Amino acid sequence: MIYLELLFTFFTIGLFTFGGGYAMLPLIQEKVLSHGWMEMEELTNFVAISESTPGPFAINIATYVGAETAGPLGSVCATLGVVLPSFIIILIVARFYIRFKSSKAVSGVMFGLRATVVGLMASALWGMLGTVFFRSIPLAWSFLLHPEFLCSAVIFIAAVIAALKKVNPIIIIVCSAAAGIVCGLVFL
Amino acid sequence: MSLRERLRKVWQLFLIFLKIGGFTFGGGYAMIPLIEYETAERRHLVEKEEISDIVAIAESTPGPIAINSATFIGYRTAGVPGSVAATLGVVLPSFCIILVIAYFLRRIMDYPVVQYAFFGIRAGVLALIVKAVISFWKRADHHVFGWCVMVLSFLWAAFTDWSVILLIALCGLAGFVYCLVREKGGKTP
Repeated sequence: MIYLELLFTFFTIGLFTFGGGYAMLPLIQEKVLSHGWMEMEELTNFVAISESTPGPFAINIATYVGAETAGPLGSVCATLGVVLPSFIIILIVARFYIRFKSSKAVSGVMFGLRATVVGLMASALWGMLGTVFFRSIPLAWSFLLHPEFLCSAVIFIAAVIAALKKVNPIIIIVCSAAAGIVCGLVFL
Repeated sequence: MSLRERLRKVWQLFLIFLKIGGFTFGGGYAMIPLIEYETAERRHLVEKEEISDIVAIAESTPGPIAINSATFIGYRTAGVPGSVAATLGVVLPSFCIILVIAYFLRRIMDYPVVQYAFFGIRAGVLALIVKAVISFWKRADHHVFGWCVMVLSFLWAAFTDWSVILLIALCGLAGFVYCLVREKGGKTP
């Protein structure tokens, strides 16, 4: 049943997400894309929507995927699924958190997880780079002159500079949208 | 604590976290200053010194930081009902907003202008992820073990179709064993 499947899938995603936010992207790519609930391009679009709306990314994506696949009840199931693991684990931890805090086992595991999260996020970025830049373009040297590639590259480089200069993400998204419309109307 | 007082606390928690959920963009770390202000400085539900502990616990347990800290503060303030109220509060704004967006997005996606806008947005969003990777890289521990785990995780997730969950479990185990071995060697990580 789709509702149980959503609940269970997002439960797994919630249970194995550390560090929050984009650290969960590779897991979402694996679980959500393989179910056919979303495509890579849609996921990239959604990252932008999540950045421009309040609230945690995990909740936003669970609600969206749930709504798209099975309507409002689906989004309730997916959101409940992604929240439950945190909720249960924190209730347990809150009872003896002094011991948890000074636990050598926890700090050891976290030591490994902090490193893997960087690699995981880099791999999510890698997958998205592929879909954004080489979406409909044959892989040949001539793609470098393709207007779609050039437009994406210019917007991407400008946005990276802006992001590193700590420009507000929403402003970056709005400007990218405007640039996309201009490029689309002029070149595509 | 009387029942009446307790209900008042639960309702207060719900409202505080509703506000936090509705007014923070970018999630997770962006919420921490607001959580600190609302729960410690303004209402004294938790001590200011406790906030860094709460963040540390939220980071070392699975799930989004916002949910973890809401559940934790809710529980510490008013038990299980408090944790339910705080978590519901932090989730509700996102949930409602995205539900509305999901309804409209499909309908406007057919317009070429919207498609062009998202064409630009997709390129811009990558930059935000680049920035997130850089900031996680800065916060990670820098030594040979960490670098090996980062590179291997990247290769595993990007170029194989092996399970990401297995990878996460293995890396947690590797970190645990590594710290154990180092400690036996007389050093603390």
